[in-house]
Amino acid sequence: MTPDLECAELAKRFGTTTAVDNVSFSVPPGSFFSILGPSGCGKTTIMRMIAGFLEPTSGDIRIKGGSVLNTPPNKRPVNMVFQHLALFPMMTIAENIGYGLRRNKVPKDQIAHKVDEALERIGLPGIGHRKVDELSGGQKQRVAIARCMVLEPDVLLLDEPLGALDLKLREHMKVELKALQAAFDTTFVYITHDQSEALVMSDQIAVMNQGRFEQVGTAQDLYYRPDTPFVAGFIGEANRWKGRIERVEGDALQLRTDSGLAMRATAVNELSTGDTAEIFVRPETIRLAAAPTALATFDNQLRCTVTSILFNGAASRVLVQDNVGETLEVTLPQSGEFAALKRGDTVHIGWGAAQATCFRESV
Amino acid sequence: MRNHARIGFVLLLTPLVLWLSLLIIIPHIDMLLISLRERISFGVYDTSLAQYEKALTEPLYLRTFWRTAIMSILATGITLLIAFPVAYYIAKMAKGRLQQVLFLLCLIPFYVSELVRTFGWMILLRETGLISNLLQWVGLADQPVEMLYNDSAMMVGLVYTSMLFMVVPLVTTLESLDDSVIEAGYDLGGNGLSVLREIIIPHAMPGIVSGSIVVFMLSLGNYLTPTMLGGKDSLWFTEMIYNQFIVRSNWELGATFGFMLLLLSSVIVWGMLRLTGRTLQETMG
Amino acid sequence: MIPTIPQSRSFRLIYGGYVLMFFLYLALPLTVVAVFAFNDSQFPSLPWEGFTWNWFFGAEAPQIGVFHERGILRAVGTSVFVAACVAVLSVSVGTTNAFLFNRYDFRGKTVLYVLMLLPLVIPGIVLGISILVFSSTLANGIWDVAQMDIQALRPGLLLVVLGQFSFITTIATLVISARLQKFDRTLEEAALNLGATRLTAVRTITIPFLMPAIIGAVVVAFLMSFENFNTTLMLVGSDAPLTIAMFDRLKEGSTPLLNAVSLLLMLGSSLLALAMILFQRR
Repeated sequence: MTPDLECAELAKRFGTTTAVDNVSFSVPPGSFFSILGPSGCGKTTIMRMIAGFLEPTSGDIRIKGGSVLNTPPNKRPVNMVFQHLALFPMMTIAENIGYGLRRNKVPKDQIAHKVDEALERIGLPGIGHRKVDELSGGQKQRVAIARCMVLEPDVLLLDEPLGALDLKLREHMKVELKALQAAFDTTFVYITHDQSEALVMSDQIAVMNQGRFEQVGTAQDLYYRPDTPFVAGFIGEANRWKGRIERVEGDALQLRTDSGLAMRATAVNELSTGDTAEIFVRPETIRLAAAPTALATFDNQLRCTVTSILFNGAASRVLVQDNVGETLEVTLPQSGEFAALKRGDTVHIGWGAAQATCFRESV
Repeated sequence: MRNHARIGFVLLLTPLVLWLSLLIIIPHIDMLLISLRERISFGVYDTSLAQYEKALTEPLYLRTFWRTAIMSILATGITLLIAFPVAYYIAKMAKGRLQQVLFLLCLIPFYVSELVRTFGWMILLRETGLISNLLQWVGLADQPVEMLYNDSAMMVGLVYTSMLFMVVPLVTTLESLDDSVIEAGYDLGGNGLSVLREIIIPHAMPGIVSGSIVVFMLSLGNYLTPTMLGGKDSLWFTEMIYNQFIVRSNWELGATFGFMLLLLSSVIVWGMLRLTGRTLQETMG
Repeated sequence: MIPTIPQSRSFRLIYGGYVLMFFLYLALPLTVVAVFAFNDSQFPSLPWEGFTWNWFFGAEAPQIGVFHERGILRAVGTSVFVAACVAVLSVSVGTTNAFLFNRYDFRGKTVLYVLMLLPLVIPGIVLGISILVFSSTLANGIWDVAQMDIQALRPGLLLVVLGQFSFITTIATLVISARLQKFDRTLEEAALNLGATRLTAVRTITIPFLMPAIIGAVVVAFLMSFENFNTTLMLVGSDAPLTIAMFDRLKEGSTPLLNAVSLLLMLGSSLLALAMILFQRR
C-alpha cells in the first residue's frame, strides 16, 4: 500500500546550521504518527516543510505517492492545526469551519450542511454562530481540527496543539484526539515535546534530536528497547551512570561505574572489555525489599539507606544511597508494604541484568 | 484612608475639568452663541439664524464647503490606498532590523513642520522647479511647466502630510496579526486575494478606521497646504474661516463657518464609527 | 503574502519596488529643501549657482544667513519658549489625567474620557477660533465690568500656549496612560507593604516606571508645539513663533534662507527624536 506521507532524505539548512539532517520516513494510511523531540530539534521545521511554508534544501516529500515539492501550500492535500490554533478571530465558528470549503467554491447550501455535520462530529452542535473568543480552550481545539477535517485532507498535521491547555484538559484531549483520529480515519502527523502525549496517542513515534531521527517505533519499542542513549534518557525516567566494562559474556556484561558501583547489565550494541559505556536503569524496574532474601533472583543487589521520600501518589519515588555513596531513584510500590518507610531506614534493592541497558558511550 | 482617596481624586480631577471646561467646552459654546448673533448696529446684537442663512444660501460658501468635504474624503482614500501596502510590508514582510529601520524612516519626515514639507513640494512643483526642469531635460516638455496651484498639487501635499497618521496605526494593527493566521488561511486553500479580503483587511479594520479618521480630520482642517499649493480660485473652507476672522473681522460669520466645519467633521467621524461598529474610545484611546 | 508563503519573483520585485518608490516620495521634498539651502542664488530653485554656506553664516545683504537674521532668531526664541511652556503644562496635566482614568472609577468617567479625546477630532483652526472668541468675550466682559483691559486675553503668546495646550494635553494623556496601564499595581502594594506611604510609593515606584513615557510625551509635546501652525495662526499676536514667521516670508517669496532654517529644524528635531529613542532603549 502506498504510504500517505513519505519523506525521503529530507534536509533543511539555514545558513551553516542544519535544522533537519537527511530524514527519511513514511507514514502508512490511517495511522497516528508522532515526531517527539526537545525544542529546537527540528521537528517544527519538518512540519512546516510538509505544509509548504518552508522549502527543503534537499530531499523529497511525497503525499499518496506524488511529490508535492512544487505545490504551493494552498494547493497541498495536507492541512495543519497550528500551535496556537490560528482560528480566524474575525469570523464566527461556522465561518471558520466553512473557510476552506468557500475557497474550494463549494455551493453555499452544501457548506452549511458540511459545517453542521462537522460540528456534530466534534460534539459541539449549534455553536456555529458564536465568536471564536467565546469558546473554551478544548472547544477551540476541536473547532481547529474540524476546520481542517471538512476539507478531507490526506494528512492532518498537528503542531503541539495541546501546549496551551492546562494539565487536566490536556489529559482529556489526548484521549479525545485519539478518538477523533479513529472517527475521521485520517492520517495524523503530530509534533510534540511531551512524551506522554506521543506515547498515549501514537501508532508510531519518531524520536528526533539535533535534526536526526534517533529511533522510529511503537511506544513499547521506545520504552523497552531504546536504540540510543538519547532515546533511553529522553523516554521515561532513568538512573544513569557512566562506567567501564570489566567482562563480556555474550550480551551480558560485568561493569563498574565511575563511582565504583559494580553491576551486571545487558549490551544494546557491541561492547568489549575496557570500553566505556552509558548505563540506564529505570526506577520502576528496581525492586524494593526489607530483607535481602526477597531479592535472590536479581543479578544486582544492594543494601541502602533511604535519604528522601518523594511522594507523588502513584508516581512516588524514594531516593536511596548505597555504601559507596551512589544515589539511586527507586519507584515506591503503592501496595502498602512500604507505607511506613521513612528517612534513615535501611532497605534492600535489586534489579535484573536485562533491566540495566548499556550503550557504548556516544562521542 | 477613604478621606485620602477623596482628596487625591479631587486633586486629579481639577486640572482635567479646568482644561476641558475653560479651553474646550465653554469656548465652543461661546462660539456657538456668537454664530447665532446678528449685528444690528454698533455694539447691538440680536439672536438669529441669519449667519447660517447667509452661509447656506451663498453659492461660494456652499461650494467651498462641499468641495472641502469631498476633497478630504478623496485624500483619505488615496492615503489609505498608498499606505496599506507599505504598512503591510513593514509589518509582515520586513523582519528584524529592516523592519525597525523602515518604520523609523516613515516617521522622519514628520519631525519637521508641515511648513517645511509644503515648501519642499513648492520647490519641486513650481514653474522653475525641479520636476519642470527634469521634464524639459528629458524632452517631455519644451517649456517650463507650472504644476503648482491646482487641485492635483494640493492633493499630493495633503496625502504627503497625512501619510504618517495612516501608516502608524496600520502597522500597529497588522503587526498584531499572527503569521500563523495568515498561514492557516493559505493552508486551508486560500490565495493572496481571498486571504487579503477575508483575513487581513477585517483584522486591520480598527487601524483603517482610526487612521482614516485622523487623516480626514487633518485634511479637513488643513490651512497651509491648500493655501500654498492649491489654486487661487479653489478655496478651502479653513481659508474662509481665516478670511472672516482675520481679514474681514466678521466674527459672527467666521464662527458660523467654524461650527459648520465642526459639524461636518463630527458627522463624518460618527458615520465612520457607526459603519464599523466601534466607539471613539476604542479608536482613539 | 508573508515570507513563508512562496511568491513569484516578479511579485516580490514589484512589491519591493513599490515600497522603494514610497520612501523616495517621502524623502524627496525634504531632500530638495536641504540641498537648496546651499545654493549660491537668491532663489531656492534651479539653476544651481554653486555651493555656499552664506545662507547659514552670511552677514551681509543680499545673502544674510540664519545666524545673522534677527527676525528668524527671535522667532526661534519665541517658539522654544512657547514649546517649553506647552510641554511642561500638557505633560503635567496629562500625567494627572492618566492617574485619574487609571486609578479611579466614578460616575461620568466614560463621558469625561470621551470629552478628553474630543480635541483630537476638532480641527485645529476651530480650536483656535473658539479660544479666540472666548478670550475676547472674557476680556470685553472684564472691560465692561471693571474698565480693565487685560492684554493677556488678546491674541498673543498666552493664547498661543493655551491653544496648543488644549489639544496636546490629549496626546500626552494617551502616551502616559498607555504606559500606566502596563504598570503592575502589586509593585505599589509591595512598596506599601514595605512601609512606604501612598505618595512615597507613587513617587519612588510608579513615577520612575512612567519616566520613559513622560520623557517621550515631553519630546512629542515640544515637537508638536514647535511645528503647530493652524491653531497658532488664529491666536498669534505681534510675537510670531517660527512657523508663522516663515509662513509670512514664504508668502512674500522665498530665498534659500528658508531652506537653511528648514534644514536646521530637520537636524534639530531629528536629534531630539534620536535622543529620545536612545533614552528609551536604555
